[in-house]
Amino acid sequence: MRKINTEHLEQKIYEMALRAGVNLTPACAEAMNNAYAKESGQACAFALKTLIDNSKIAKSRQMPVCQDTGMAVVIAEIGQEVFLEGKPFAEAINDGVRRAYKDGYFRKSVCDPITRVNTGDNTPAVIHTEITAGDKIKLTFLPKGFGSENMSRLYMLKPAQGVEGITDAIVQTVSLAGSRPCPPVYVGVGIGGSFDTCAYLAKKAITRDVGTFNDREDVAEIERMALKRINELKIGCQGFHGDTTALGVSCEWAPTHIAGLPVAVNIQCHCVRCEKEII
Amino acid sequence: MIKLTLPLSKQTVEGLHAGDSVLISGTILTARDCAHKRIFDLMKNNAPLPFELKDAVIYYAGPCPAKPDTASGSCGPTTSARMDSFAPKLFDGGLGAVIGKGEMSDEVRQALKRNRAVYFAAIGGAGALYADCIKSSVCIAFPDLLSEGVYKLEVKNFPAVVAFDCHGGSIY
Repeated sequence: MRKINTEHLEQKIYEMALRAGVNLTPACAEAMNNAYAKESGQACAFALKTLIDNSKIAKSRQMPVCQDTGMAVVIAEIGQEVFLEGKPFAEAINDGVRRAYKDGYFRKSVCDPITRVNTGDNTPAVIHTEITAGDKIKLTFLPKGFGSENMSRLYMLKPAQGVEGITDAIVQTVSLAGSRPCPPVYVGVGIGGSFDTCAYLAKKAITRDVGTFNDREDVAEIERMALKRINELKIGCQGFHGDTTALGVSCEWAPTHIAGLPVAVNIQCHCVRCEKEII
Repeated sequence: MIKLTLPLSKQTVEGLHAGDSVLISGTILTARDCAHKRIFDLMKNNAPLPFELKDAVIYYAGPCPAKPDTASGSCGPTTSARMDSFAPKLFDGGLGAVIGKGEMSDEVRQALKRNRAVYFAAIGGAGALYADCIKSSVCIAFPDLLSEGVYKLEVKNFPAVVAFDCHGGSIY
């Protein structure tokens, strides 16, 4: 048994949120540089260059790289040998988020879904927990913007639709989104599970580094095929018609029911911000 | 790069074509989802608006709070399509231009033609870079909406691209 005080988690979330709001992941920054280097469309090249400049300004001034500093999505993978002491876990996470969004001068973007009244401090965070082996906690912090989140879709395919159906769903989601989610996008895909787990898998897929592929070769093949077809759409950066519509496609999978094939497609804009830490 | 100083004359608007790169200087007003709803409620009740609509330029944006001694926090565009249902009526009421990101509806395109107005696309995600173009920022309406309130911004050399021109042309 390893005791961890939740105040320690709060401080970690605070620091991770502050870093995440300001910085692109190194893998995303590299993918944007590569996209700019090979872009043949003039307007898209201008937009990509503007975005690369923007990320440098954000870093040097320590200000949010995008004004949509997102809903705070936290994934906590908690080893079963950990004993959490101190204030309740969710309260600690939300306290860390609240302090970071205030001290970082981040936008508070969370509101009541009916009255639309802003909660004023960007809480509550979206908190996912998984119980894992061992005595460590792996924290992932993903500030999720909603221009891209709004363009996400969930499909309940027929098993007969198979790999082709999965790929079609991914490509259709990006095609329907068009210029609106701030392309080039990063596409998170959940395959299998149930209605709810496949949506979670799609979100989790976004936390994987841009440019990496699934360990399972047949899943990696879906990622490669979908990315190729998405870039053939020629939507381009900002929808200005160019070569890079997506920086990558990341799929996560889980076993599903014999009658179903759920596929969730979660769109992330070009501004991939994600912090990970192991405690 | 075409340098534009606000307000735009109809002659200037007619000279703009989809795909043109522009640098905008002058006064613009932020308004996004909730502010548009309030503006429409005011119009429905024939109540005065918090700003003069004629020749105004609305920027679909909700900025981050400004750090001390800075004019604005990060302030890039939000997705324009969510304002599709509001824009035509505002253009018919005299609005001169909007700035946002991504495609808008055919109804908006028709309203631009009808009123000789223009839709500029800012580069979505470039919030820090746009903050640099903002010289002052004052909330002039709906402060309770926080970042969704209406802010009057003075901007200088604000980069954008003509997305929909007044001739029916589109970059998308």
